[in-house]
Amino acid sequence: MRALRWHGKKDIRCDNHVPDPSIEDPRDAIIKVSSCAICGSDLHLYDGFMPGMMHGDIVGHEFMGEVMEVGSANKKLKVGDRVVVPFTICCGECDQCRRGNYSVCERSNRNKKVAEKLFGHTTAGLYGYTHLTGGYAGGQAEYVRVPFADVGPVVIPNGLTDEQVLFLGDIFPTGWQAAAQCEIEPTDTVAVWGAGPVGQFAIRSAILMGAEQVVCIDNVPERLSMARAGGAITINFDEESVVHRLHELTRGKGPEKCIDSVGMEAHAARSIDSMYDRVKQTMMLETDRPHVLREMIYVCRPAGVLSIPGVYGGLIDKIPFGAAMNKGLTFRMGQTHVNRWTDDLLTRIQEGQIDPSFVITHTVGLEDGPEMYKTFRDKHDGCVKVVLKP
Amino acid sequence: MSATDQEIKQEYRRNHAARKMAQRLGWLSIGLGVAELLMPGPLARTLGIPGGKTLLRFCGVREIASGVGLLVTKHPKPWMLGRVGGDVMDMAVLGGAVLAGDKPVHALLAAGTVAGVTSLDLACARGLATEDHLVTVYDYSDRSGFPESPDKMRGRASKQSDINTAPQVTGMAAADRETQTRH
Ligand SMILES: NC(=O)c1ccc[n+]([C@@H]2O[C@H](COP(=O)([O-])OP(=O)(O)OC[C@H]3O[C@@H](n4cnc5c(N)ncnc54)[C@H](O)[C@@H]3O)[C@@H](O)[C@H]2O)c1
Ligand SMILES: [Zn+2]
Ligand SMILES: [Zn+2]
Repeated sequence: MRALRWHGKKDIRCDNHVPDPSIEDPRDAIIKVSSCAICGSDLHLYDGFMPGMMHGDIVGHEFMGEVMEVGSANKKLKVGDRVVVPFTICCGECDQCRRGNYSVCERSNRNKKVAEKLFGHTTAGLYGYTHLTGGYAGGQAEYVRVPFADVGPVVIPNGLTDEQVLFLGDIFPTGWQAAAQCEIEPTDTVAVWGAGPVGQFAIRSAILMGAEQVVCIDNVPERLSMARAGGAITINFDEESVVHRLHELTRGKGPEKCIDSVGMEAHAARSIDSMYDRVKQTMMLETDRPHVLREMIYVCRPAGVLSIPGVYGGLIDKIPFGAAMNKGLTFRMGQTHVNRWTDDLLTRIQEGQIDPSFVITHTVGLEDGPEMYKTFRDKHDGCVKVVLKP
Repeated sequence: MSATDQEIKQEYRRNHAARKMAQRLGWLSIGLGVAELLMPGPLARTLGIPGGKTLLRFCGVREIASGVGLLVTKHPKPWMLGRVGGDVMDMAVLGGAVLAGDKPVHALLAAGTVAGVTSLDLACARGLATEDHLVTVYDYSDRSGFPESPDKMRGRASKQSDINTAPQVTGMAAADRETQTRH
């Protein structure tokens, strides 16, 4: 089959003779991918910031398609079902899964030992996302093996297009959980850093959850125009001071809720601290650039909430923890517990409350995928979200 | 294959990040230049540069000039390329000092620092060069994703959105007391 594989930093290729996956466990299923997407998290792999990738790993974790084959113990799926596959692999039976904490499933990570060394405990297995999370083959491919396929996959009813439901597997629930973690009150200002796909869904989720005011911060004009379309007031950090504008917009109180949908590659050359982080990151003294985190701690209203869907991989430096502690801030974060939200969000899509396809700007074949990684990363050509058709 | 295009509008965009970086490198230039100009003797001795003083004074003037240039100009790119040229010169001088000077270790350390700065200069010059490309402007103001205006959609989901009311089991019902080792 054909698949996008990681061959090193900034080297993702569309390879032609990749072995087809097969059923390895009676609960498995094999999916023929009809659509998949490139996620901001994939960029961290592309840019080489996530440790634990190996030459030849198939990437991609946002995908959907048709069930081709099911294992003998799988009672949920039938051949021919159309499914969206959440990027967090979960067993459905462990203590964490039962509590709905799917992204920290205790059983789905095949490489637990490595994860435990690094993080103290294991987290869930993920598709196409390093050997720390199980080294499972990803979904930017023609076929994918789905482990625990009687738990994760969401069966899609007729009448909805791929474009409408594809993002149920990752960025829509991610934006939604980011907003839900904020426990939004009708008087809240919610500030969202990053107008990428995750930020776009966080904005719309915060609106649906009733935030009085949603403010979005980025420096890419197209993305900011999309943010405004979704109901946000925007701040271009290249042109104005984030701190001042937020101060103005909240009459000096600061936003009650702050969402970091940027993550470890925050770039902002506007202040000396990001230069410091860039240098330390290159010298491997620090793995992640926490510029947005610092800014959120500084501007957030005391007793407010910082919700962090943006991905971090390792160590960060110079976090003003004194400010965070004394201001009584709450931090909530994590990989998304996708299955916690999928049923509800699918209903909302069916009812027409939201059509997630608004975010797609580019649709190409799998063979153009490698080129699209670049376009998406550099935000060229108005790119916000790329969908690949294998 | 590309974004939904209405009539195609293009513009040149400033690379703010690169410009900020250019400013900072400008200040660095001035700092270095002043040091070279005011104390060429001690510097030449520390680095073990043969025939150093005049050369360092000259480098100092060059640094200050390119620093001031970077700070006042509206078009930093040529000034930045000037800095890269200067870096090459510094490397040549320091290379000479490593090979023939009497403080090769000091000179080597300095050369390492200059190499670091050079890579910053190059990155900055590359960033500034992107300003010469025309960028197509896309307008996504019609991509709300909502069936009605955001104001009308506000609060539609406020009841069900609580992170704790989402379908999940809690308390004893969720506890797994059998598994011996917790992962
Ligand atoms: N928690 C999860 O389960 C989950 C799921 C999907 C994605 N993510 C993460 O969410 C983050 C965003 O994903 P995406 O797909 O939207 O990616 P993206 O890279 O397209 O978006 C990031 C945006 O942040 C902007 N940005 C950079 N620095 C900034 C700064 N200092 N201030 C404000 N904005 C800044 C960029 O211009 C860009 O538009 C990534 O870290 C990704 O890994 C997490
Ligand atoms: Zn993702
Ligand atoms: Zn589990």
